[in-house]
Amino acid sequence: MLKIENLHARVEGKDILKGLTLTVNAGEVHAIMGPNGAGKSTLGNVLSGRDGYEVTEGSVTFNGVDLLALEPEARAAAGVFLAFQYPVEIPGVNNTYFLRAALNAQRKQRGERELDSMQFLKLVREKLKIMQISDELLHRAVNEGFSGGEKKRNEIFQMAVLEPKLAILDETDSGLDIDALKQVAQGVNALRSAERGFLVITHYQRLLDYIEPDFVHVLADGRIVESGDKTLALKLEEQGYAWVTDKDPVLHGASA
Amino acid sequence: MSEPQRTPFVDSQLEAAAQARLPGSSIGWLQAARRENLDAFAASGLPDTRMEAWKYTALRALGQRHFASGDEQAASRAVDASAFALPGIDGPALVFVNGVFRADLSRIDALPAGLDLQPLSQALQGDAEPLRFALSRHYREGGDVFARLNAALAGDGVVLRVAAGAKIAQPVHLLFIGAPGEVDLAWHVRHVIELGEDAELSLIEHHASSGDQQHLGTQVADIVLRKGARLRQVTLQDAATGSTLVRHDSVQLDAQAQASLYVLELGGALVRHDLHANLAGDRSRLETRGVFVLGGRQHVDTQMAIRHQALNTSSESVWRGVADQRSRGVFRGAIVVAEGADGSDASLSSKNLLLSGQAEIDTKPELEIYADEVKASHGATVGQLDERSLFYLRSRGIPLAEARSMLTAAFCRAVFEPLPEEGLREHLYHQLMAHLPSA
Repeated sequence: MLKIENLHARVEGKDILKGLTLTVNAGEVHAIMGPNGAGKSTLGNVLSGRDGYEVTEGSVTFNGVDLLALEPEARAAAGVFLAFQYPVEIPGVNNTYFLRAALNAQRKQRGERELDSMQFLKLVREKLKIMQISDELLHRAVNEGFSGGEKKRNEIFQMAVLEPKLAILDETDSGLDIDALKQVAQGVNALRSAERGFLVITHYQRLLDYIEPDFVHVLADGRIVESGDKTLALKLEEQGYAWVTDKDPVLHGASA
Repeated sequence: MSEPQRTPFVDSQLEAAAQARLPGSSIGWLQAARRENLDAFAASGLPDTRMEAWKYTALRALGQRHFASGDEQAASRAVDASAFALPGIDGPALVFVNGVFRADLSRIDALPAGLDLQPLSQALQGDAEPLRFALSRHYREGGDVFARLNAALAGDGVVLRVAAGAKIAQPVHLLFIGAPGEVDLAWHVRHVIELGEDAELSLIEHHASSGDQQHLGTQVADIVLRKGARLRQVTLQDAATGSTLVRHDSVQLDAQAQASLYVLELGGALVRHDLHANLAGDRSRLETRGVFVLGGRQHVDTQMAIRHQALNTSSESVWRGVADQRSRGVFRGAIVVAEGADGSDASLSSKNLLLSGQAEIDTKPELEIYADEVKASHGATVGQLDERSLFYLRSRGIPLAEARSMLTAAFCRAVFEPLPEEGLREHLYHQLMAHLPSA
């Protein structure tokens, strides 16, 4: 589904991703772990099309389409969803209105019929159950005055309504206490399916106790330096990132 | 002082004055006031940008234009006033076409008790004495040149009185339609509005257009709120894209009177609005909430001056401006808390959004305080749409143009939220959305 090959990207003239290669198939959950500054958030931003990220080499295809050639809104319509590390507060834009506009914009781009307000409301009611979000959040402005946990749950709720093919979770665990973390993970798990791929970007192993990955990759200095199954995450937790970076001849050589 | 330049504009208006057949010509004091204001207009001519009040609005191009006076056809032009109906507003209505009252388009047959509403042209045929104070005004302030012109040439307008204690349930709709004519016209309307003690009124001032035209319209309104009176006024300015509109409103609030003024400026090529409010009585309260949304080469200049003159008065002003393409918005909000107006509370917020690199907005809050125990705050910003918010919306599938208009509408929306008439509020939102750049 998602095929990243030899991806190089820079931000403000600084090379961040330096040859990242990764394939995510439908139904798989991939965790990307790595130390601060490794390029984890850059990966999420490049995939979702944020301005200011320049791809200098490599390719990203999504179901055979050149993802990097698409505008952010077209990527969303194609089925890519980014759950933000820091969801943006948008005063004056009602949460429900926003979500309906987003869903219908995607449907329109895909040539599907837009949902009327009754159909949309029905969909929202179904999804609310999954996320255990209170009605009240829906009537407020997007993320405005939401607690950290509410913001992250709202991200997952949006994901539930938009039903992407690929969900990228950018440090969704940051700033969450254990209860909020469990709620968010529960929401994500409810959305796991054979048709959907997940890219879970995280600094800590903690989140992976609740969202069990099929694959774990270590991102260091812009490349994937180690891949394995979920036991890799546990090993990292025990031994720290130095264990993999020391093993890598390039990184080790650079720091020596 | 140097001799003012006799521009084609000034000449055309003096010529108009010479030919004008205005109602009330047999009223001595009125004729004297007209003459005095006309002389002052002729002597001053149009101001240039060296004058503080006109610093950001150049009138050179206007000065070269010629406007015919009085639309001879105005009484018979076919205009579909129903096109300007507002949702939920079906009460009394006065309709003017190119400044001329149109009884056939108005609704004043069954006025509620306590409401006296008639066109000025008609009021001048009866006992004009109650209008004497307002209509004898001489506009001596240097910048009040259009008020002078209006005082000299206005033959029609609105005379509205609400009797003490009367609470008028249905909003009154004042509709000014600019209609295309054979030539560019200048029209002038003059309003005298008074709410008696504890009276209540909701008023809609609506400027619209039945087709492309480049007329000049001027309006002068004197509004007096007696003790405890309450006025809510909504101004929807959607004049023709090519037109020039100059409004000069003076509002006086006696003790405990309250006025809430909402303004949405959308149309016009050159628009100037002077809003002078005087909180003259203890515990009077003023709220002004305005939005301008500009595009093309529109130029809209709002000059608001609020004077706190009495104890424990309060004013709250919330203004938002959006300028796209090569348009220019000007907002000046001057608040004076005079000596002795202790315990007053004044706040002013002017936030503005530039949607294009060629648009310009100048905002200038001014606060002068001469009293004690005053709470005052003001803030003004000019900025651009937040990139992070734009990306957030786009990342959810909302196309760039839609994301921009969504954020811009949100920026303006809060201004009208307190407006209780829901249908009207929604209408303002829709009008606002329709004027936002969509692609």
